[in-house]
Amino acid sequence: MLSVSLHVDPDLEALRSGNEAAFEALIGRYHGPMLRLAMTYTRDRGAAEDAVQETWLICLRTLSRFEGRSSFKTWIFGILLNVARSRRRKESRILPFTSLFWRDGDNARGPTVDRRRFGGDGLWSQPPDSWANIPESRLLDRETIDRVKVAIEGLPAKQREVVILRDVAGFDAEEVCSLLSISAANQRVRLHRGRASVRKTLEEYLK
Amino acid sequence: MTCREVVELMTDYLDGVLSAADRAKFEQHMTGCDGCSTYLDQLRTARMLMGKVAYEPVPAPLKAELMNAFRSWKAS
Repeated sequence: MLSVSLHVDPDLEALRSGNEAAFEALIGRYHGPMLRLAMTYTRDRGAAEDAVQETWLICLRTLSRFEGRSSFKTWIFGILLNVARSRRRKESRILPFTSLFWRDGDNARGPTVDRRRFGGDGLWSQPPDSWANIPESRLLDRETIDRVKVAIEGLPAKQREVVILRDVAGFDAEEVCSLLSISAANQRVRLHRGRASVRKTLEEYLK
Repeated sequence: MTCREVVELMTDYLDGVLSAADRAKFEQHMTGCDGCSTYLDQLRTARMLMGKVAYEPVPAPLKAELMNAFRSWKAS
């Protein structure tokens, strides 16, 4: 698309001009989402860090070939997905990795809210308690954020990668569909189920 | 629309992909339903909190290695 190819990305421009501070800021900004996404595929955090490192090295090596068909950020995360998936394939040849990734049945239909919370008429019989009175200091404190991290890590892998890309890394729906080669409907199902699980964890923690 | 149906449409609603007819029914339900309004607020809060987990410090050895790689790339 014309608008995409003409889009000038300030991060890309800064890197191409050799701006070290810009590169440092970029790896800092994306480290959390990249690490979490890589951990969806790798056996541990160390292997995920290796995948992030390899991604940046590939980015530098191939930067001159980046044509701007996607956003620069999408390009970086696309490389990460390739690296992490390829590492996972290699690991699965060595380790007895019983296809954890594909077994998780996360496209399952079924309700995301316990049916027992609704009456026979489909209306709430046990509605959620409002969080409006919870002080922001508690909502945003370290322990709450840690709970959210654990909740994300506990999601089935297919939900987790969508949730990380959408809600942690901040990609829009279209970008996520393109990165993961999934349909818009599938993307939304996974996102909805993932968000609903994280909400449930928070509900239990905050009550 | 019932609450049980509405909660399953919330991500579609937030992404703006409901049909005009469904959106109207959804919004009509929301105006009269505290439980569903609360649930939607909580999904938004969950989304906001997930954005907060984005920050993770780059381990010093990794950062040093990447900065070296950048300098070599720049020099070449």
